[in-house]
Amino acid sequence: MTMANVQSSSPHSAAPIPVVSHAASTVDPSEAKIAVRDLNFFYGDHRALKSINVTLHTKKVTAFIGPSGCGKSTLLRILNRVYDLYPHQRAEGEVMLDGENILAPGQDLNLLRARVGMVFQKPTPFPMSIYENIAFGVRLYERLGKSDLDARVESALRRAALWDEVKEKLNANGLGLSGGQQQRLCIARTVAVRPEVILLDEPCSALDPISTAKIEELIDELKDDYTIAIVTHNMQQAARCSDFTAFMYLGELVEFGTTSKMFTTPNDRRTQDYITGRFG
Amino acid sequence: MTMSEHTSKAFDADLQDLSRVVAEMGGLAERQIGTALEALDRRDAALAQRVVAEDAKIDALQREIEEKAVLTIARRQPMAVDLRDVVGALRLSNDLERIGDLAKNIAKRVGALDSDFGLQPVMRGVEHMTELVLAQLKDVLDSYAHRDSAKAVAVWRGDEEIDAVNNSLFRELLTYMMEDPRNIGDCIHLLFCAKNIERMGDHATNIAETVYYIVEGRTLAEERPKGDTTTSMTNNVAFRS
Repeated sequence: MTMANVQSSSPHSAAPIPVVSHAASTVDPSEAKIAVRDLNFFYGDHRALKSINVTLHTKKVTAFIGPSGCGKSTLLRILNRVYDLYPHQRAEGEVMLDGENILAPGQDLNLLRARVGMVFQKPTPFPMSIYENIAFGVRLYERLGKSDLDARVESALRRAALWDEVKEKLNANGLGLSGGQQQRLCIARTVAVRPEVILLDEPCSALDPISTAKIEELIDELKDDYTIAIVTHNMQQAARCSDFTAFMYLGELVEFGTTSKMFTTPNDRRTQDYITGRFG
Repeated sequence: MTMSEHTSKAFDADLQDLSRVVAEMGGLAERQIGTALEALDRRDAALAQRVVAEDAKIDALQREIEEKAVLTIARRQPMAVDLRDVVGALRLSNDLERIGDLAKNIAKRVGALDSDFGLQPVMRGVEHMTELVLAQLKDVLDSYAHRDSAKAVAVWRGDEEIDAVNNSLFRELLTYMMEDPRNIGDCIHLLFCAKNIERMGDHATNIAETVYYIVEGRTLAEERPKGDTTTSMTNNVAFRS
């Protein structure tokens, strides 16, 4: 019996460290619903966005995070050209919606905003009945008979998980609803015109945790049919309900990736500092 | 790895506190191994008893780490490197607790060994193995304290030597048992002691993997160099000699 064969040398060699690579975070570019290319935005002389390149993938939720003033809401406002309503604001670059540049002159803005709906931070119901809040927008784009319109209102309210709470009082004033209900009413209003993309600008910032959970549940359901972009200051919310996350800072897009990667092992130090609460 | 401070200073304090308890637990585990081996070497039943009693402290520290980690997750919702830090502390405390159990198990065997036991060459092998494991454990705890992934990888690669000594001990003990059946009882106990020490080395490599994960955010691949061949040794060695 020999001992020699068990005396192996200590293998502290400088062999490369084997690592398990992460699942590829790249996605087929053909799935791009909106592709933003070299986008710059100006409030007068102030350049608020600096050469942004980002893709919103079809039927996925993309979250935009970053400290206040980093340009997330500005970016969202460009995607349906809401900024056009204000003077001295201009965008340069390209925003391709299904391959067509929405920043190009000659765009039908009403049609664009029907395709790209938006929900704001504060619930903004119209001072009219719950029913009319939804029917109003639909009538702008489509001529529907009474029964079709009723069906559209009901389906929108169902999609927004509000139907059971308001079905007995469709003629009551929308402003009489609670904050969370009002926000869901606004989402129903957005959904009713059958957009392709929904932009949510801090939709839960004024809501209690239960309403927030309902909206997040809703986002989860809506992404089966819509491409969604959400701006949020709530990091956990971004981590919970998005597929992709973009981190913006000082008008730049610092990092974009799958949400699972961004919240566990971000590449950029600034992203890590921000999501772990080490900023500034 | 230097890391800037959190906006919330209390969060930094929580994480530091967690690391401190893990380090304390590591130090205690190292001491337990050393004492257990001393007791084994000297057949000192009283010293062995102390090791058995001290193990409760390691268990208590593990519970403390679990509570602190759960509380930190609930209170701070840690993300990215912070989350890995907290999850890593939990994993480390599990490995250290197991190391403590293995040391306790060695101590428990001290009383069962024959006091006229004359297998000094084997004991030297066990001691050598223990030195290697203690060095591994010290290095890996250092790598945790300094969040040094390169040092962790060195520990991860260094486990093979312990396996080699374990293999040779296994062969020696087998020979002693075949020479004189009266040795079998003691040899079996020593075999378990050697196995326990070898397992401690495995836990040290687990810790190395965890440290690497905390620092780099990636896991080391499965194919660690493995040197333990005792599982198949009797087939081709023992019964032929």
